[in-house]
Amino acid sequence: MAQVQLQNVVKKYGAVEVVHGINLEIADNEFVVLVGPSGCGKSTTLRMIAGLEAISGGDISIGDRVVNDLPPRHRNISMVFQNYALYPHMTVRENLGFSLQIAKRPQAEIDKAVDEAAQILSLAEYMDRKPGALSGGQRQRVAMGRAIVRHPEVFLFDEPLSNLDAKLRTQMRTEIKKLHQKVKSTIVYVTHDQVEAMTLADRIVIMRDGHIEQVGTPLEVFETPANTFVATFIGSPPMNLLSGQIAGGEVAIDGGPKVTLPDQFAGKVQDGQKVILGFRADNLMPEGHAMPMEGASAEFEMVVNLSEPLGTETLLFGSLAGKEVQAKMLNPRPVADGERLQFQLDLTRCHLFDAETQQSLR
Amino acid sequence: MNENLQHRIRARLLKLAHFVALFIAMAIICVPGLWVVLNSFRPTVDIMAKPPVWIPRGLNLDNYRAMFGAVGEGGVPVLQYFTNSLIISVTSTFIAILVGMAGGYAFARYRFKGKAAIFIGLMLTRAVPGVSLSLPLFIVMAKTGLIDTHMGLILVYVALNVPFTIWLIDGFFRQVPIDLAEAAEIDGCTRWQAFWKVEFPVARAGVASAGIFAFLTSWNEYALASQLTRSTFSKTMPVGLRDFTSEFTINWGGMCALAVLMIIPALILTFIVQKHLIAGLTFGGVKG
Repeated sequence: MAQVQLQNVVKKYGAVEVVHGINLEIADNEFVVLVGPSGCGKSTTLRMIAGLEAISGGDISIGDRVVNDLPPRHRNISMVFQNYALYPHMTVRENLGFSLQIAKRPQAEIDKAVDEAAQILSLAEYMDRKPGALSGGQRQRVAMGRAIVRHPEVFLFDEPLSNLDAKLRTQMRTEIKKLHQKVKSTIVYVTHDQVEAMTLADRIVIMRDGHIEQVGTPLEVFETPANTFVATFIGSPPMNLLSGQIAGGEVAIDGGPKVTLPDQFAGKVQDGQKVILGFRADNLMPEGHAMPMEGASAEFEMVVNLSEPLGTETLLFGSLAGKEVQAKMLNPRPVADGERLQFQLDLTRCHLFDAETQQSLR
Repeated sequence: MNENLQHRIRARLLKLAHFVALFIAMAIICVPGLWVVLNSFRPTVDIMAKPPVWIPRGLNLDNYRAMFGAVGEGGVPVLQYFTNSLIISVTSTFIAILVGMAGGYAFARYRFKGKAAIFIGLMLTRAVPGVSLSLPLFIVMAKTGLIDTHMGLILVYVALNVPFTIWLIDGFFRQVPIDLAEAAEIDGCTRWQAFWKVEFPVARAGVASAGIFAFLTSWNEYALASQLTRSTFSKTMPVGLRDFTSEFTINWGGMCALAVLMIIPALILTFIVQKHLIAGLTFGGVKG
């Protein structure tokens, strides 16, 4: 049993508070991803769980133990570092077995555990090499191997894929997911890449400026973002946001068209309230190249300034009410820059945020 | 075609020029050393000959024989000097390395009040010429009764070397990513274990080079040693060289023979540690 609990955890460096009393419960065997822009406190949070940073307030518990003041070696965790942090003077085999060596386990047991990890991560042929003679992906696997050898209660990953090239990153992402299925352990994973977060996580924790903005499954945070920050951070391309005002059952986009107030927000807004209308590119499509929209929709004209063909679809960049808006075109045809098209907006998929608090009005 | 030929010739000439330049540079560096070695094997007549005799004729071991011979026949207590030098250099190097490692690690890893000032202060001590300290040191040593003792010179050499070893070792520990120690701590090490099992072996090259420099400084130092030593009990080899000067003559051959004996251990040590230096410099556990 290794759930991880953070209660009102605060981190201060001198007078500067960088993590402001966050609360988080991570269940046993859960894969939780902390995601956010750089400087949001996600790595600091991870390092506090690891015991590499002291906490300035609150409680952290792993399993049933409060670990606030325990050194890393007494927390039964392992960690994969962004730059791998392999011991350069040891061979792969020594790197993998180091933790067991320190724990003074019998040699036979160490060999068995190391071979097992090497098997899982297909490292067998590199066992006698030093890290300097390995490629980036191999080093990454050694770092993961070193983490799994000890059978820790909790795995911590600190941006483990950010040093790999794009192709290898996708491959290692899959391997990490497979690894989680194999070793069945609680994982806390830090990344700034929302695609990694979406694909790996059981639950995503989105952080900004030392606060948790939203916690939820990947689909939850994608479909019902709690505020405009989450709306633009999760999903690619980011959600389109247009400011406007509620006017008699309609949303009047500032300097743009009026669209019917989506049903899901009826009764949740007041006349005259300043709002932000949000919708994803997938829900704004040109007529004749759109998915059939079953619920209410709005239509308006927009000039396309730029198009990016992606094969199965084309990403269109238009401008609406003086702001850049991204739309998608299915079954694409070539679009000339400056072409004026009629667009359909799927209102059932729209989001409304309060203009002042930036929070979702759902 | 013609153009290609021109470029090829030019490249060859350039390469030749490189070799010539390299030869001249190496000659300037090596000739004095070779001259010393050569002189240790020949009689004074050849050493003092004008014009100089470059191609040796009739080399012999007379100078060495005399040096190890009886005191009255040009002998000097070589073994005693050698032992003194060894004890003083090894001990002072060992202490300087220990202090250097503690200090260098502290400067590389920890933040504390006055860090920059202390560091600059340490470096400034390097700006003071050693000789200018000889009189104050002499007085202090005389008052404390450390004149003509191993301990006295050891203390002086530790003081001389510590700023340098701290500076050098600090640089090497800075290059060791802090993640390595953190990874070791997560793998179950105490802070102490993390240092000795991971950070120290990785920075070993730096410690080794600091060791060489400290050793060579102590081994070769003359000015202070000549003030602070009196008798064969504490005289080091560089001071021993002066035994070959008398009121009217200088026994150049003997001096060169002793100098060769001095050079050999330093050379051997450098070669041994150099291997470690190169091995230790092949980093690679961390992606840059």
